Amino acid sequence: MGLESALGDGYMTSKVDSLVNWARSNAAWPMPMGLACCAIEMMAFAGPKYDASRFGSEVMRFSPRQSDVMIVAGWVNYKMAHAIRRIWDQMPDPKWCIAMGACASTGGMHRCYGVVQGCDNFLPVDAYVSGCPPRPDALLHALMKIQDKIRTEHSVKLDT
Amino acid sequence: MATKKVTDRVTPTFFKEHQEKLYQALEDKHTTIEILEDKDPLSTEMILNMGPQHPATHGVLRLALQLNGEMIEKAKVDVGYLHRGVEKIAENKTYQEFMPYTDRMDYLSPYSNNVALCTAVEKIANVEVPERAHYIRMIGCELARISSHLLWLGTLVMDAGAVSFFIWTFREREKLYDIFDQMTGHRFTVSHARIGGVANDITDTAMAMIKDFANEFPQELTDWHGLLDRNRIFFDRNEGVGVLKTEEALEKGAAGPTLRGSGFAYDMRKISPYARYDEVEFEVPTRLEGDNLARYYVRMEEMHESIRIIKQCLDKLPKGPVRTDNAKQAYPSKDEVYYSMEGMIHDFMMTDTGICPPEGAEAYHAVEAPKGELGYFIQSDGTGHPWRLKIKAPSFANIQILEHILDGEMIADTVVIIGGVDPVMGECDK
Amino acid sequence: MALQLNESLQNVVDGLSESFTDELIDVYQSSGDTFVRIIADANVEICRYLKEEHHFIYLVDVFGTDRFTSQDRFEVIYNLVSLRDQQRLFVKVWLPEENPEIESVTDVWASANWYERQTYDMFGIQFTNHPDFRRIYMPEDFEYFPMRKEFPLLGIPGSIPLPSSTPDTK
Repeated sequence: MGLESALGDGYMTSKVDSLVNWARSNAAWPMPMGLACCAIEMMAFAGPKYDASRFGSEVMRFSPRQSDVMIVAGWVNYKMAHAIRRIWDQMPDPKWCIAMGACASTGGMHRCYGVVQGCDNFLPVDAYVSGCPPRPDALLHALMKIQDKIRTEHSVKLDT
Repeated sequence: MATKKVTDRVTPTFFKEHQEKLYQALEDKHTTIEILEDKDPLSTEMILNMGPQHPATHGVLRLALQLNGEMIEKAKVDVGYLHRGVEKIAENKTYQEFMPYTDRMDYLSPYSNNVALCTAVEKIANVEVPERAHYIRMIGCELARISSHLLWLGTLVMDAGAVSFFIWTFREREKLYDIFDQMTGHRFTVSHARIGGVANDITDTAMAMIKDFANEFPQELTDWHGLLDRNRIFFDRNEGVGVLKTEEALEKGAAGPTLRGSGFAYDMRKISPYARYDEVEFEVPTRLEGDNLARYYVRMEEMHESIRIIKQCLDKLPKGPVRTDNAKQAYPSKDEVYYSMEGMIHDFMMTDTGICPPEGAEAYHAVEAPKGELGYFIQSDGTGHPWRLKIKAPSFANIQILEHILDGEMIADTVVIIGGVDPVMGECDK
Repeated sequence: MALQLNESLQNVVDGLSESFTDELIDVYQSSGDTFVRIIADANVEICRYLKEEHHFIYLVDVFGTDRFTSQDRFEVIYNLVSLRDQQRLFVKVWLPEENPEIESVTDVWASANWYERQTYDMFGIQFTNHPDFRRIYMPEDFEYFPMRKEFPLLGIPGSIPLPSSTPDTK
């Protein structure tokens, strides 16, 4: 476009990019995969004291088609892993994943036959939160890191 | 070739012409409809899978419901989506090392689980616990009971439709988390109870916080009673729903408030009292109707009774040590560990080998967790690791009766029934 | 070892030794709990007798143990509570390693259903005449019994499949 070459290479797309990314990062609706004790801390993270909706995660959308961030909270069983993978596949792009707690990150204290040693064995995880269970502030920190990650994405693709 | 039409074999009972035209249109589209029985396929049975991930089920519970229209003909429950093998882990850990695993079982009231393990080990190994520790454990257990029932109330009313209740109960839970934080160092999976006592003493700040909470909480409960007890919508959603008849309750194996809501005053704190429950006065609320509303009343009254117990414990709290002194049975205090050689050696031996109950001993001890009778059966082989640790989880029994009470209910009531029975999957799928 | 039983449990033990002299193998106490060991074939009869005569109407738990001995490797323990007398009793049965079979007590107490499924899932003990006999925790295609002592804690790699880490293209 003539405008493109007048303003410099990629000026328009990077401005649109930053607008889109700003909008996306401040409206990251989580899909809570609340499995175990970390789910209780995730409820507290959505609760009144550590409010997640002021970060844009206003609604916990339990439908995968309407959410952006999947928070895997709790240890993942082999039986449950297939259900989680199916839900992950149903989420539309762009999507991110937070592995909340020690059990979702690496299997945690459960080093035994039933627990998958980390949900990154079958999911692409973007942020790991340590703690057993992590405080809601730690989960908010992970959400902020995901927001930073969203802001540096290239959303609008160049044709040329 | 004369094709058999659906409408030859089946007569729709509902909007007859409309259904017939629909079948006609389907068949004109070159589809064949398979009919296994001579029933109208569009208005009868369907198997619905309420899958392991669902916003309303408490944890990962999978239900396969055979529906006849809106009514559930048969319900089957599929558990095991949170199974870890905790009992197998227990065979490789010392009794004290197993304490954090107990926290994560009934993760809504972790203190009760800790006390359950401690009392079971103390029974098998004959450990004496000082008085002060008993009272601190009682305070912790009752606070955990209130915390668990608060979450139950918030999610039940949220499932019934009122979302703001969830926020109010979580505000109260945050106050409880602050108390636990001050008392034990962690918000909820505390691992505070130690074999032979508790980990550390209650500080004065924690006592003041507990006193404030005990004074202010009954007013909140009264407010909520005022909101829900006469609420038309709450009543209609809960009365007569999920009835567990008195004759069946014990036979099918219910536990906890589900059993007490059907008429049996079975509370482990009264039947075989542990930790000085025989020295405080409290009542066991029971109801006869067996429906969801009965379970609601039972749990609300249990919260009142818990506050009563906490106030009595705070008055009666004696002075003294919080852990037994015996080096083979309990950890020494941190002062001794840091400043004396014997203390350090004892600490090392307790961590390495742990407490060793006599060989061939078996013991069972149950506590009244908020969900019901939580029991630990320990078989010892003389070493510091248990040979067999079996956990009797009340939610396992309660989910079993879910299969019975869901038959004949409407599908829209499923969520409220599960909320009323209040299972915790971490405990059910050990 | 002299047993110190209170009155109601003494009644139970006396009743059992009269009515089931051949089937009762041992009565002992450990840490204050009373255990009764019986032979495997008589478990339904004895459970029915305990329920009807001595009011043990509440079945709290049924579980298994792996004793890891060459004779009578497995044991199944029933945890019974009598509400009228407020007593608890444990009934034990020893089962051999090859083909451990025992009859289900779901006719006596309906709550035994899931407990027996759990015991089968974890130990491989077959319960005959069970109304719904399948595994409960592990998926049906799992080939091993996790709580047996020879099953490793970390599991057997490949015994249970993981989902793929790439999305299935449709």
